Amino acid sequence: MFKNNLSQVYAWLLITPALILMGLFTHIPSFTTLISSFFSTGTKKFPSKFIGFENYELALDDPIFLEAVLNNLWYAVATIIPSVFLAILMALFVDSKIKGRVLVRMAYFTPTILPMIAVSNIWLFFYTPEIGLIDQIAINLGFGSQNWLGDKETVLNCLILITIWKEAGFFMIFYLAALQNIPPELKEAAKIEGASKYYFFRRITFPLLMPITLFVVINATLNSFKLVDHLFILTKGGPDNASNLILYYIYESAFSFLDSSYAATLTVILLLILAIVSIVQFVLFDKRIHYR
Amino acid sequence: MLKKIKISFIGLTTIVFVMSFATKLFSIELNMYYPVAVGGPLTKIVDGMVNDFERKNPDVKVNAIYAGNYNDARIKALAALKSGKPAQLSVMFSIDIYELIEQDAIVPFDDLVTSYEDKAWLYSFYPTLMENGVTDGKVWGIPFQRSTIVMYYNKDLFRKAGLNPNKPPNTWNELVSYGKKIKSSTNSWGVMIPSTGYPYWMFGALTMQNDQVLMNGDGNVTYFDHPNVVGALQFWHDLGNKHKVMPSGTIEWGTLRKNFLEGKTAIMWHSTGNLTTVKKNAKFDFGVAMLPASKRRGTPTGGGNFYIFKKSSEAEKKASMRLIKFMTSPEQAAHWSMATGYMGVSPASYQTSALTNYVKQFPPALVARDQLNYATAELSTFQTGRVRKLLDDAIQSALTGNKTPKSALKGAQKNAEKLLKRYK
Repeated sequence: MFKNNLSQVYAWLLITPALILMGLFTHIPSFTTLISSFFSTGTKKFPSKFIGFENYELALDDPIFLEAVLNNLWYAVATIIPSVFLAILMALFVDSKIKGRVLVRMAYFTPTILPMIAVSNIWLFFYTPEIGLIDQIAINLGFGSQNWLGDKETVLNCLILITIWKEAGFFMIFYLAALQNIPPELKEAAKIEGASKYYFFRRITFPLLMPITLFVVINATLNSFKLVDHLFILTKGGPDNASNLILYYIYESAFSFLDSSYAATLTVILLLILAIVSIVQFVLFDKRIHYR
Repeated sequence: MLKKIKISFIGLTTIVFVMSFATKLFSIELNMYYPVAVGGPLTKIVDGMVNDFERKNPDVKVNAIYAGNYNDARIKALAALKSGKPAQLSVMFSIDIYELIEQDAIVPFDDLVTSYEDKAWLYSFYPTLMENGVTDGKVWGIPFQRSTIVMYYNKDLFRKAGLNPNKPPNTWNELVSYGKKIKSSTNSWGVMIPSTGYPYWMFGALTMQNDQVLMNGDGNVTYFDHPNVVGALQFWHDLGNKHKVMPSGTIEWGTLRKNFLEGKTAIMWHSTGNLTTVKKNAKFDFGVAMLPASKRRGTPTGGGNFYIFKKSSEAEKKASMRLIKFMTSPEQAAHWSMATGYMGVSPASYQTSALTNYVKQFPPALVARDQLNYATAELSTFQTGRVRKLLDDAIQSALTGNKTPKSALKGAQKNAEKLLKRYK
């Protein structure tokens, strides 16, 4: 009995540091965010007061916020699918026996370890009309110059391309690890049965990769809502909000408009969106995942 | 063993005691945040000036803290204020004035100047540079790193196009016709006006040239849908879409200087804060001129002012005043101007021998000052972040062809009125 109690205390002592940190930096801030979303931002002239759901009504009526949500949904879909697809392809490639595969693996992984701000400064000069790398190639091939980041039609897709480039290598590492865990007997057995390479991938490799895919897709989803570093350098959400994303707009509300309550409101909405998306993903994937 | 510990303990306490005495020698310690918005080794220059000040004022210790761009500087200063460990003074965006007043963060300089001499000092700066620092009949900001927009032009390209390299365009019409000539006879664009980063700032120049300001002096009325303002945006739009002397779409603030230095455009509009960098890097003959006129000449001022925070002791405020007076004194202002390209903030700074000699060798350094005669305040209102974004978005939506200038500006005006209603 006494021994049992002691181990209880011991267990609690062990998780206390983590609990304190989680509480201080995750749970308490989330809770105060929720609370402050029901108040107006206080200044000397207009002190903070309870306003109920007024901030939420404002948000749902805010065309910039709605545009940011739509942009973000497209940004999520258009970054997740290609980067996961690419990651699998790259992992399969560098898992096979090719010459210099350490070099190739490193090359694929390099974008991941570069800081996003530095990378954005490089891409800024890729995309710059006329003097940029992309335009110089295009002009030499006889195409016209294109104002990649200055055109509402192209700007968001330009950002998406950078994100895919940055993330695919990161996800590749997970797939590579998973591929190396697939027992070689399976391949031998498939060979004996005469299964084609494609059939083997579709029926054996891909299903075995499913747990990793869930992990990667959830990570990619979170990233597509939280990775906005490149906006600061490349577009600042422009032109005319064509590349504005939710988190960047939250930043603007908090630090450029100095309206922390409104930023809190948008944060709560973002949390709701993320919660819904994750639940849907878990439910959808759960049926198709084969855990060993 | 015990003895050893005792001795080292005594030793330690003496050291602590001596050190605390030594810090007492600096009877006052000041924290100062300052931003850097354009290229160049500005931090070194600021540190040098602060060291000079400390040498002459041994009782004051100044921690000059580089705080990122203007936005970051404001965030850091306000965060420090809330955490109870505030800075005593700071260089911040001149247009932050209304936000800072609304947050009850700063004190007017009128409350700090007592002597006749100090009061005169308040009026020793260029009046147009004071516009963004004065509201409600009081002075809240003292100009420090201040700029205007000027026109940089590539004289080699002008020659190639058969234009007189010493006659930059004086009017909007000339800007268009020169631009067409340059575009047809060289491979370069006629002109580039940046429309990301600070579109409202560039637009402030165009509207002033069209003889209309963007807001009133109390910061609670905007004039975004005034016909002259609409006309200014129409002209900006037409440069790219009708006259085709400028690329269409938005033009990136961050890469524009490179465009100019590579000869991709014959003219760029940019901050004077770039002057020293352009001078160092241009491989061609370049000139600097005032912006062209439509109904008149015009440019907004820009840049950062000194503010003193409310949450500091009387002694700290006095010491801050001494620091600000030193940093804006004619000699220091002249030194600052030569090192950066920012303006000398007072007429007296241009009478120092250093700056007189410098402008003799390098006349472009005078353009910004001469243009001050036609300058106006930079867009700054209550709720300034939101109001500015309204205008920025309107400008970009017109330049990218999504809305007509008129409907874009009408929408911005309507929303700005909604935001400013409670400040009247």
